[in-house]
This record gives sequence, structure tokens and C-alpha cells, in this order.
Amino acid sequence: MNASGGRPCGGLWPDAWHRLMSNRGSVLALCAVGCIVFLAIGGPFLNPNRVDALDWSHVAMSPGLNGGHWFGTDRLGRDLFVRTLQGTGVSLLIGLFATAVTLLIGIGYGAVAGFIGGRTDHLMMRGVEILSGLPLIFFVILVSVIFGRSVFLLFVSIGAVGWLTMARIVRGQTLSIRQREFIEAAIATGAGTRRIIARHIVPNVIGPVIVYATLTVPQIILLESFLSFLGLGVQEPRVSLGTLIADGVGDMESAPWLLIMPGGFLALLLLCFNIVGDGLRDALDAQRR
Amino acid sequence: MIRYLLKRIAGAVPTLFIIITLTFFLVRAAPGGPFDQEQSLPPEIVANLQAAYGLDQPAWIQYRRYLTALLHGDFGPSYKYKDFTVTGLIAQGLPLSLTLGGVAMALALALGIPAGVFAALHHDSAAGYATMSLAVVGIAVPSFVVLPFLGLIFGIDLHWLPVAGWEPGSVKHLVLPVITLTLPPLAYIARLTRGGMLEVMQSHFVRTAFAKGLPTRTVIWRHALRPALLPVAGYLAPAVATIMTGSLVVESIAGLPGVGRYLVQGALNRDYTLVMGMVIVYSALLISAGLLVDLLYAWLDPRVRLAH
Amino acid sequence: MLQIDSLCIEFRQERARVAAVRDVSLALAPGECVGVVGESGSGKTQTFLAAMGLLGRNALVSGSIRFEGRELLAAATSELNRVRGARLAMIFQDPMTSLTPHLTVGVQMAEVLVCHAGLSWTAAKRKALDMLQTVRIADAARRMRQYPHELSGGMRQRVMIGMSLLCEPALVIADEPTSALDATIHVQVIELLAAMRREFRMAIALISHDLGAVHALADRVVVMYAGRVVECAPATAIFAHPRHPYTAELLRCAPNLSAARLNRMPSITGQPPDPAEVLPGCAFAARCARADARCRIERPLLVQSGGAAQAACHHPL
Repeated sequence: MNASGGRPCGGLWPDAWHRLMSNRGSVLALCAVGCIVFLAIGGPFLNPNRVDALDWSHVAMSPGLNGGHWFGTDRLGRDLFVRTLQGTGVSLLIGLFATAVTLLIGIGYGAVAGFIGGRTDHLMMRGVEILSGLPLIFFVILVSVIFGRSVFLLFVSIGAVGWLTMARIVRGQTLSIRQREFIEAAIATGAGTRRIIARHIVPNVIGPVIVYATLTVPQIILLESFLSFLGLGVQEPRVSLGTLIADGVGDMESAPWLLIMPGGFLALLLLCFNIVGDGLRDALDAQRR
Repeated sequence: MIRYLLKRIAGAVPTLFIIITLTFFLVRAAPGGPFDQEQSLPPEIVANLQAAYGLDQPAWIQYRRYLTALLHGDFGPSYKYKDFTVTGLIAQGLPLSLTLGGVAMALALALGIPAGVFAALHHDSAAGYATMSLAVVGIAVPSFVVLPFLGLIFGIDLHWLPVAGWEPGSVKHLVLPVITLTLPPLAYIARLTRGGMLEVMQSHFVRTAFAKGLPTRTVIWRHALRPALLPVAGYLAPAVATIMTGSLVVESIAGLPGVGRYLVQGALNRDYTLVMGMVIVYSALLISAGLLVDLLYAWLDPRVRLAH
Repeated sequence: MLQIDSLCIEFRQERARVAAVRDVSLALAPGECVGVVGESGSGKTQTFLAAMGLLGRNALVSGSIRFEGRELLAAATSELNRVRGARLAMIFQDPMTSLTPHLTVGVQMAEVLVCHAGLSWTAAKRKALDMLQTVRIADAARRMRQYPHELSGGMRQRVMIGMSLLCEPALVIADEPTSALDATIHVQVIELLAAMRREFRMAIALISHDLGAVHALADRVVVMYAGRVVECAPATAIFAHPRHPYTAELLRCAPNLSAARLNRMPSITGQPPDPAEVLPGCAFAARCARADARCRIERPLLVQSGGAAQAACHHPL
């Protein structure tokens, strides 16, 4: 409870945004994420080289500005700049898509459990507890072996594994929101459960959900590149940062840039997402206090 | 205490059973079988092989048979590494993997806790901020990027340490893999310790301890640290999982003959028994870690009752 | 013995500085018991936390606190550590959270003696056991081995009191020692404090909402409002004839002193002023029936107001 009434109060979102913007690390990371996204979308057009074009006159060329191969080329003469950006794009897409899956399942499950409460809630949360006790990474590996050819199913399986924490967060929020007057008012006016969840609960749990989602994206990008690195995820001719790094490790001694460029990109991407997520969490947390 | 332990172990059996069942049917749901890749084999020999391993039977009979053997401690033969039993393969590789993981865990705790305490006590100074920035890097950068980078620097550039390979009893070959496995849990533990410490330093009992005139280091190590470590204890089981996952890639990049490679290779080769064995061993390790965490909770906070 | 002079405490907050204590001066003589009363947020606890060096890092302190000839505000932590716990001890409000949960009662008591008197752990534990008996804890030997959560609230507060007395301090600061306890325990704790005072002859600063406790223990009463001392008088005088309208209001709200064991300060109409604001006049003016134009412009100073009493009021009763 803050007793001082005279201080300027701009509401939850503008205030949180202001806090986020006053955190220099977060701003920097946010800009970096923006640049990476922009590069991943527009980058391939900036460079004259095509993704799968084989430039036999420049095989395993080291990075430089001549020849238009800014990041160098691999053993087949493919341009690393374009490949890295394409891999980043694929990793980002997978991250966003799978995060959307975790959001859908997590919010639905958590909101229903929290809103209905009682024994249903108890049973549903018990299920989450048992699932989170299982070594899920093994199942992801097994599932990706089974569905290896289908990137779409891979997204879904990764997303299906990541929703547990999201469900917990949403349930906790829902439980506390359920006590508030406007929900009782909605019940009193005879609104159905589904309508209340969609209209009243979901919009109000959005803050913590966004924070957790920004932290989920890098987790999923990490998992995807991990699987791709092991040869279980994205398959040739598609590239992802994980497959590029796996290739780079093989040629580490003769052509270190094949490792450094995609590895650096992945590290930077994950780092920035984590910093933005942390900054956002701090901004919203401070608001809550 | 002993009753509690027995109860917990009994509680772990259903979990393990679920894991075994799920894995059993999951690996068999994958297209192909263990002998597919050897295209040179004529179909009748494949049929013979399958019959010899009982793979021609309906799945539920295979399942019953597998469980019965498992109860007698028999993980079965490997389908791919002929002449090897799964038990034999795991027994060969596990000591090295456990050493790697164990050392990484011990280092992560031994360095992460002091780093977190330091960062909490200097939370408004540049040093504390720098420690936590490093921790974010440690959490974010994946092991399959870290290890090759370390290899590039310390192996290829500086020639201090071997990039990959293994000689029995050699410590040099383990340095880079251990560092790689240590970093993520180290960073996480430092972060959790810092958070716990910051909160506990605000608590009433720490104020009492200061009011008693105890020196700051006594207040921190005797009064504040143990409750501040509760979040760290909660992280230990996930940390074991993180290290296990990391060891899958670290062992393969560094060319160490641990058990890490068996899980992925086994799955790719449809070596059903080997995958099962690995999942069971890893799950058992994870479950034991969970049990250890509960005991640790009770030590950190006597208000936690073991026999609830 | 304890001499506080023009103490000011401000807390830096994100957007503002909030003054908690404004120009407070007060003194305690050896063996004297002073009751400090006032609503929550009046700055009474912060004043004494400053003496103990226990304010948060965001506190800005000016003025002087001298204790047994030593300036406490300028003291380094190591110097402060020789005083606090040994010559100057503190008992806190909530015995539930003020004892370390993972250490046994015996260890928490004995460490004070190990630290200040340089005793061995065995000797320290022996003395701690004696102290537990002195503060009338039954089955003291068993209690020594127990953790705080295994003790009742009243017993924990006895442990806190015993712990504060181990080094026979010159002054014990008791910060609302009864307000977190069941009403039935209040009397026992106050009686124990009175008995300990007879036995150890220490001075007590009793910070309390509980006017009954103050009435029972204090020789002198200091009333604080909005970070300032508004009245300071001998206990008998203040209870018989309060000078400041605020004190009068407090007493009016708790008419029967022997039964006035309230969990909270008796409620007075209106709100205390926002601590972030700086008022030119008397802080109580807005709630005061006697206030006039002068009260709102000119701040009254603490002056002699009949006998040994001092009050900060333009229109004392």
C-alpha cells in the first residue's frame, strides 16, 4: 500500500513500459532483438548471394568484404551470411510458434483449473505435477526421432512440453482474480463459464503471461537448436542455427568462422531475449509491489 | 526419517513405471525397427533376428516380458551393439558420465553460492551488477556453443588443452567439458542465491542477529545463508536434468566415451532396449535427486516436516 | 546515558524523499524507563533503530546519538558491534519472525555470549540455560535444544527478553514487545519486563501502542506525532494531566488504563499527514479541535509547559 497520493500514476502498462525503458540493459537488448529480427527478415535481400547457391570459386572462404561473402562460405561454397540469417529466421519462427502453442495450452488449462477450482483444480494441478516430475527432455528426443521429418509436429511436441509452467502461472493469477468483484458481477449477470474465462480472466492474467512468454521463446529456441545440433530437429536442406553450429564444429580447426558466426548469433539472440524477459519481469514486479 | 525415505521410494515406483511404459510404446511407435538400416540383410534373416529377440510377438507380450526381465535386474541385450548387454554398455560408460556430472554439480554449488552471496551483498555496486550480468550470459549461452568456443580458444589457439578425445585417467581431457557443464547451473545457482539472500537480508531474524552485535560474516553464514538457499535446493533436481542434457552434447563434441551418446544413437538406431535402459537410469538419477532435495529442505528449514 | 540530539531520518524512495523522523531530541538516564507512544508511522521505532544502526540502506540520518559517551551514528560497524547486543540490546515486536528458524534456542542465545564475552560454547550455553530459568521458562534444558517454531509465542518473547539481557546491558529497547502476542500473554510479558528491570537495573525504552503497558512500566512518557516529539513528561503527570491535545486524545480513546491493552493504537478521527509533505505549521492541526490560524502557519516548539512537562503546542491544555 502506497499512501502517497500525489505521485503521477500512469496505470499498469505505461508505467511498466517506462520502467523497462529506464533499464539501459533491457533497452539495448530490445534493440538488438529488433535488429536481429529485421536482419532475419530483410537480410537475405541485402546480400547478393542466394541461400543454396554454390559458389565453387569461393569454397571455404574466410569472412571479408570481397566477393560479397561477408561471413565467408562453407565447404560447398554456400554463403554463410545468408545461411546464418535464414537459420536465425527458422529458429525465431520455431520459437514464436512453439511459444504460441504453450500459451494456448497453458492459458486454457490454467484458467479452467483456476476458475472452476475445487476438486477439478486439484486433479488438474496434480496432473501438471506428475508431468513435471518426468524427464521431459527424453520424451522430446524420442518424439523428435519419431516425427523427425515433420518440423510442424516437432513444433507442437516442443510446445506441448513447455506449457506446464505457463499453466501454473495462469492458474495462480486466475485464483486471485476470481475473488474480485467484477468476476462476481459477471457471474451474477448470468454469464457462462466459457465467456467469463475468455472475456474477464484471460485479459487480466496477460502481464505475467507475457513475461513468461518472453522467457519461453529463448528456451524453445535453445531446445530446437539443441535438437537440430544432435541431428534430430530441422533437416537439410532447411537450416537452423543448430544445424549450422553442428556443421561448424566439424570444421572448427580449418574454418573457425563456420562455428563463430552462427554460434555468436545464437548466443546473442538467446542473451537478448533473456535480458528483455528479465527486464520486463522486474518492470511488472515493481509495479505490483 | 527412515519411514519417510521408504515412503518416498515407494512413491517413486509408479512414476518410474509410467516412464517405462510411455518410453516402451513411444520407441516402438517410431517407424522402422532395429534391423532396418542393415539393408544387406535378406528379409528371412531379419525375420529370424526379430524372432530371436521376440520382436515378432505382439507389443503387450513384449512389454510383459520386458517388465519381468527388468524385475530381475535384466535390461536385456542391445540390438545394435551385438554381443553387449545394455547393462554392460551402461556400466562401461556411466562412471565417466557420473564423474563429469558430479564434478560439474559440485563446482556449480561451490562457486555459485559464494558468487550469489557476493552479488547480493554488493547488489547496488558495479561488482554485483557485473557478477549478475555474467550469470545471464552463463544461463543464456548453450553448451554446444560454449564447448566449441572454449575448444577454439584453449585448444586450437593457445594449445593449452586438448579439444577432444579421451585417455583413461586423463584430467586434461575433462577440463573443458566440465567447465561447459558447470556454467549453466553455476549461473542459475548464483542468481537464485542472490535472490534468496536479498530477501533474507530484509527479514526480521537477520535484523535480530545484527542487533545482537554479531559480526557481519557470522550473520551471513550462520543466520542468513541457510534460508537463502531454499530456492537453490528447489533448483537441484532441474540442475541434474540440465547437466544430463548438457552431457548428451558435451560428450559427443568432446568425444568422451560416456553414456550420453547412447540415448540419441539408441533412439536413431531403434535400439529399443538401450533407449529404455538409458531412460530408466536417467530417470532413477533424477528421482533420487528429488529425494535428496526433500532431505535438504528439512535441513535448511526445520519447520518443514518430513513426515507429512 | 543515551542522548539523542536533533535526529532527522529520511528515506530515499524512488520518486521522493520521505521524512520519518524530524528533529527529535530525547535523553534516557541510567535505570530509567521511558515509554515512547504514538501512532504507526510516527517515527518512534525508526528513532531507536537508528541508535542500533539497523536502518535500511536508503536511510539518510543526521543529528547525533550518543550512548555512554560514544557517538553511535558515526561509528563503524565493528565499533557498533561492541555496543549493540552487549551494552545496548533490543527486543522486537514479532517473536515469530525475529528468531532464526534453523538455529536452536540454545545456539541463538549462547552466540551472544560467545561473541561479546568471549566465552566457550559450553560455558555460554550454561549461562544461557540460567537465563532461560531467570525469564521463567519451564523445562529450560529441553527448550535450549528446540527450534523457535516449537515454542509458543509468549515463550519466544521470553527467549528474546532473556537473550537481550545476557550481557547485562545498560539499556534495553523494547519495540512493541506485546503487540504481536495474544492478549492473555500481554500482562505476563510486561510483568516479566518489570521483574527483569528490578533484577538487572537496566534502563528501558518501551516503544508501545499499549498505553496500559506504558502506564505499568514507564517513569517518563514521550509522545511522538508525525516524526516529532509533541509531549514529554513524567508518567504520573502525563496520565493525570496531558498537555498536548494529541496526548489527550490518545488517553481519551483508552479511558481505562489498566484495561487498555489494545492491539492497535486507539483510533483518533482523521489521518496523520503524508510523511512526504512538509507542513509549515503544527502537523496535528488538521485533526485538532483547538487549532487556529496560527497553528497552521507556525510550528510550535517543544517548551516547558507546567512542572517537568514539555509540550509542543500553541494552545496546551
